[in-house]
Amino acid sequence: MSDPFLAELATLRTPAPSDLAPTVLLRVGLADEYLRLDSPVGPVFVAYNGRGVSASGPAFVDDAEARFEAGFRERFGRPIRPARRPQPRLVGAIERGLAEGRGRGLHFDLRLAGPFAREVLATALRIPRGEVRPYGWVAREVGHPRAMRAVGTALAHNPMPLLIPCHRVVRSDGLIGAYAWGSPVKRSLLRTEGLDPEAFELAAQHGLRYLGSDTTHIVCLPSCRHARRITPQHQVPFHDLAEAARAGYRPCRDCRP
Amino acid sequence: MPTTTDTATRPRAVARRGGPPLSGPLSQEQLAQALAHDLDAAFEALVRSEQDLLFGLALRSTGDRGAAEEVAQDALVRAYRALAAYPPERIRELRPRAWLVRITLNLCRNHARHRRARPVAAPLEAALERPAPLVQGPEPTTLRREAALEWERRLAALPGPYRAAVELRHVQGLSYAEAAEALDRPVNTVKTHVHRGLALLRATLPEHER
Repeated sequence: MSDPFLAELATLRTPAPSDLAPTVLLRVGLADEYLRLDSPVGPVFVAYNGRGVSASGPAFVDDAEARFEAGFRERFGRPIRPARRPQPRLVGAIERGLAEGRGRGLHFDLRLAGPFAREVLATALRIPRGEVRPYGWVAREVGHPRAMRAVGTALAHNPMPLLIPCHRVVRSDGLIGAYAWGSPVKRSLLRTEGLDPEAFELAAQHGLRYLGSDTTHIVCLPSCRHARRITPQHQVPFHDLAEAARAGYRPCRDCRP
Repeated sequence: MPTTTDTATRPRAVARRGGPPLSGPLSQEQLAQALAHDLDAAFEALVRSEQDLLFGLALRSTGDRGAAEEVAQDALVRAYRALAAYPPERIRELRPRAWLVRITLNLCRNHARHRRARPVAAPLEAALERPAPLVQGPEPTTLRREAALEWERRLAALPGPYRAAVELRHVQGLSYAEAAEALDRPVNTVKTHVHRGLALLRATLPEHER
């Protein structure tokens, strides 16, 4: 065989497009992309890869992109870049999740979270818009009724605020409490969802932890949608469940006080 | 190699979690070992090592850059998922390049089955549209492209098995062992196909170029 002949064949090699490797890594979850989208508290970043949504962060702060990217790399050890060709369906699902304040129907990449943290976050995901639950409630739901501090830590480490609504978890003394993006953002979020944070805290300060209906004899957490429908003349406040039980009230099956 | 300066796509040293970082071209054995040791850390190196080859095969088969990109991506994604399910011993035995080529050729066949047949010449011209010629020769770019097109036509005119064998061995530089594994044929068969394919190619050349 003459060498130039074979050399000609070897020149027929073509390099892969520069986006091929990054897209493969994205699809298998070894690299992430992020979008900049609107939310009830302003513009936010949402990161994702082939395994699901991986993080969210505020875009309304100084140096937002740099901080988000650096924070992401630091926390997850994966490369991240702005989304190049985001799929419209995924974008739509994320936008809906942000508007509603929780990403139902979204896959989440929680590979670095332990089983306890995943349970906590899954529980937070179940809290309906417009309602809040105390840390103790979450602790009970995950089967560790005394692990309130651990619940607090797990929620503080929520990788995707807004899409997993850790903002709907409040202190057991009724105060709204802290938030990864700042307490004012938490209060503002709850306000847009129809809760009155100040009224809520005031009621809690007066010892109102539970609200019953004297027509149904069911007792709820105050922000439960059933409780909010009780007309004022039928509202019966309770300090604790023992008091409610003595008065013949049974706990609501939806908010499980 | 990627041309972007985006830090996210700059090749990282692999094997973050234990073991020395791998950089530079890796042998097939090194790749297999690295993948068996830590799939997530080594997979990027595999992608960067084999992406040109897989894309090139898919491009020649589909005649369409978009389809070729999809096929090459799908092959690598399938490979990752398969590797994630293999025990380390099985990964260590792999010849990654031959294995990936086989996956890609299968996907190309699936793709062909689902598309209508296309004339060969037109897509090739579009498919060879690329920003810079691969070979910087003394000839101007258009002459280089014309020559490449002519070789692609000659290659495409070969009977299927000869074309596949010549492509793997002499365009993509696989060893006979790798080509045999990729094509799921005995090595001697592949050698015969390569020899016959080259003979046919040479017969199509003008006298003075043979």
